[in-house]
Amino acid sequence: MANTKDIIYGLYNDEEDLLDAVRAANADHLDIMDVYTPFPIHGLDPLLGLAESRLHIVGFIYGSLGTLTAFLGMTWIFTKDWPIIFGGKPHWSVPAFIPITFELTVLFAAIGMVVTYYIINGLGPGVVNPTIDLRITDDKFCLCFDKADVDVSKVESLLKRSGASEIHSKTI
Amino acid sequence: MSSYTSPIREPLVQGNKSYHDITVDLVSPLEKPPSPGWIVGIILSVSLLLFGVFCIGWTVWNGIGTWNLNRTIGWGWDITNFVWWIGIGHAGTLISAILLLFRQKWRTGVNRAAEAMTIFAVICAALFPGIHVGRAWVVFYFFPYPNTRGPLWPNFNSPLLWDLFAISTYFTVSLLFWYTGLVPDFATVRDRAKGIRRKIYNILSFGWTGSAKHWQRFESLSLILAGIATPLVLSVHTIVSFDFATSVIPGWHTTIFPPYFVAGAIFSGFAMVLTLMIVTRKLFNLQQYITIGHIESMNKVILVTGTIVGVAYLTELFIAWYSGYVYEQFAFFNRAAGPYWWSYFGMMFCNVISPQIFWVRKYRRSIGVTFFVSIVINIGMWFERFVIIATTLARDYLPSSWSYYSPTWVEMGIFAGTIGIFFTLYLIFAKVAPVVAIAEVKMILKSSGDQYTGPNAIHHKKHSDHSHGITASSADREDIIRDNLGAGIPPANTGTEDVATSAATPVVTASVESDDLKKIEGIGPKIAEILNNGGIHTFVQLADSDPAFIKTLLEKAGPRYQMHDPGTWPEQAALARDGRWDELDDLQDRLDGGKYV
Repeated sequence: MANTKDIIYGLYNDEEDLLDAVRAANADHLDIMDVYTPFPIHGLDPLLGLAESRLHIVGFIYGSLGTLTAFLGMTWIFTKDWPIIFGGKPHWSVPAFIPITFELTVLFAAIGMVVTYYIINGLGPGVVNPTIDLRITDDKFCLCFDKADVDVSKVESLLKRSGASEIHSKTI
Repeated sequence: MSSYTSPIREPLVQGNKSYHDITVDLVSPLEKPPSPGWIVGIILSVSLLLFGVFCIGWTVWNGIGTWNLNRTIGWGWDITNFVWWIGIGHAGTLISAILLLFRQKWRTGVNRAAEAMTIFAVICAALFPGIHVGRAWVVFYFFPYPNTRGPLWPNFNSPLLWDLFAISTYFTVSLLFWYTGLVPDFATVRDRAKGIRRKIYNILSFGWTGSAKHWQRFESLSLILAGIATPLVLSVHTIVSFDFATSVIPGWHTTIFPPYFVAGAIFSGFAMVLTLMIVTRKLFNLQQYITIGHIESMNKVILVTGTIVGVAYLTELFIAWYSGYVYEQFAFFNRAAGPYWWSYFGMMFCNVISPQIFWVRKYRRSIGVTFFVSIVINIGMWFERFVIIATTLARDYLPSSWSYYSPTWVEMGIFAGTIGIFFTLYLIFAKVAPVVAIAEVKMILKSSGDQYTGPNAIHHKKHSDHSHGITASSADREDIIRDNLGAGIPPANTGTEDVATSAATPVVTASVESDDLKKIEGIGPKIAEILNNGGIHTFVQLADSDPAFIKTLLEKAGPRYQMHDPGTWPEQAALARDGRWDELDDLQDRLDGGKYV
C-alpha cells in the first residue's frame, strides 16, 4: 500500500450494533471500506457483499495434485525406474500405494491452502499493516470508510445514529 | 450469533466476562514475569532434556548395543515410547478438527493447548524411529529422493514407510492448523505490547488486521483443514498399528488393531490433555475458561474410549481362543501369565477398570480424581504398548531364543529426556502464546457465557437485551482497577449494575458499601439481589450469617430459590473477606454449584 488513505471509522462495543450499522450503511448507499473485528462475525459477509471464499476449490486442486504426485510417482518408481519384487507381489501393487497417496493428498492440500491463504490475505512474517485502532483485536468492532469514496457528513451522522461509541478520522 | 443453545447446557465461560475481560485474562499471563512455579518447572524440564540429549549422544556414539535389545527382542522401550507419544499426540487434532466439525463449543477452551501438546508429542515420538535405526546420521535415507545410490528408493509397500509419511504429514498439518489459529491471537498480544515485544509479536502475527474478508477466509480455511485433518488423525494411528498388524507375529497379526489403536490413542491423548489442563488452569488462573464442564466432557470421552479399549482387549482374547490357532493362544496366555504378567494386569487395571469411575458424575467433576486417573491412564497406556511389543517378542516361535528384556539406563534416560523435551516446549509455549484461543472464546461468549445461559443468566436471548447488557457493562468498566485486582477476578459491581437496570424492585447498591457477592459459588445476580434486600451487602456480613437465616431469605423470595443450599456460602465469604482468593478458587473447584459433592 504505497498510497495513504484518509479514513473515517466508528468503533462499536457489540457485534449486533455493528451489524445494524452495516445494514444502515447499505440502506444509505455508503461504500464501506472494510470492517475490522476481534473475531469472525457470522452474518456479516452477505451484508458486505463478500462472495464465498474459493479456498476450498484451491484446496481441492492442491489435494488432487498430491494424489497424482504420490500415485504416479510410486507407479513410475516401481514399474519403470527401479522395479523390485517384494514378497512375490506385482510391481504395480495398487492397494499398498493407498496409504501414502492419502497422506500426500492431505499434505499437499493443507500446505497449499495455508500458503495461498496467507498470500491472498497479504499476510506473512514481517508484514506490517497499518494499525487503525489497537482495540480492534480486543473488544472493539470497527466500521471503516474511505473518505474519498463517501460523503463524510453522511457517514458521521450514520455512525452517531447507529450507536458507535467512538468516531475517529485517520490517515493510514 | 444466532445459534441456539439449550438452556440446560452448562456455561462454558464463567465469571460474567466481557470481551475485554477475556483478552485481559488470557493475555496477562504472558505479560507478567514468569512465576516461581514456572521457573522450577522449566529448570526440571530442561535438566531432563539435557540428560536425554546426553543419552541420545551416548547411543549414537556407542551404538545401539547400549540398549538391551537382542536378536529376539528387536523393539523395546524405543518403539514403546514412540507409540505412546504418537498416541498422546492424537487428542489435539481430535479436539480441534473432529469437535469443530461436530460444532462442540467446549473445544474452544482446550483446543489451543491440546494442539500444542500434539505437536510436542509428535516431536518426541519422531525422535525414537530416528535413533533406533542405529545410524542416525543417515536417517534421511527414509525419504524418497533422487539419489546417487541407484537411485535406490524406499519400499513403498512397507507400513514402516507409510508410517513415515503419516507422521510427517500429521506433524505438518497439525502445525499449520495450530499456527493459523494462533495468528489472530498473537495480534491481540501485539496490540497490547510495547517496544521490542510488539515487534516480535508483529512478526509472529503476520501483520494480522482482523479484516472481514480475512476472517471469512480464516473460517473457511479452518473448516477445510478440520475436514482433511479428521481422516488424517484416524489414519495416523491406523498406520502405526499396521507396523504390527501386517507382520506374522502372533499377538500382532490381528485385524482389530486399527480401531483398537485409534481408540487407545484418543484415550491416552485425552488423559494427557487433562493432566496438562488441570495444571495449566491452576497456574494461569483459567478456571473460568477451562471449567469443570470442560473437564467433565473430556472425562466422558475418556470413559467411552477406555471402554472401547477394554472391549478390544477382550475381543483379542476371545479371537485367540476362537481361532483355534495355538501360537495366538499362547501369545495371549503368555501376556497374562508369562514373565510380564505385571504389565498385563497393570494395563488392564489402568486402562479398563480405572476410567469406569467416571460413570459417577461426582468423580467426573472432581479435579482431584480426574488428575489422579489421568496419570494412571498415562501409565496404563504405556504398559499397553509395552505389553504388545516386549511380551510378544520375548516369547517367539523358537523357545531356544526366548529371553527376558529389561531396559538399560540409556533407554530409560532417553525416555525421561523426551518427557523433558515435551514439558520444556509446553512451558515455553504457555509463556509465549495464549493457552486458550482468545478469538474463539469470544466467538462463543454470547451463546455460552454464564451471563447469557445457565442458571445465573441475566440476559435474555433477545437481541435488544444483548446489546444493552454488554454496552452497559463495558461502558462502566474500569480497566485500571481490574488490572490491579489481577487476572481471574471479575470487576466489582459489573453485574450489579445490570441487575439494577433490569430488576423490578429498586436495589440500593450505590449508597451502601458492597462486595460482589456473585464471586461466591452458588450465588447469581438474582440471589445477590435477594441477599442485598435482606441486608447482606458485603463478604463480612455474609461470612457472619447463619446458613439457616440465608435459607429463610431464599424461601421468602419464592419457590424458585428453595432448591439453593447456602451451606458453604459463609465459608466462601470468609475466604473472600480475607482476600484469600487462591484458597477460594480451590474450594470452588471442589464445590459443585456451591455445594459439597
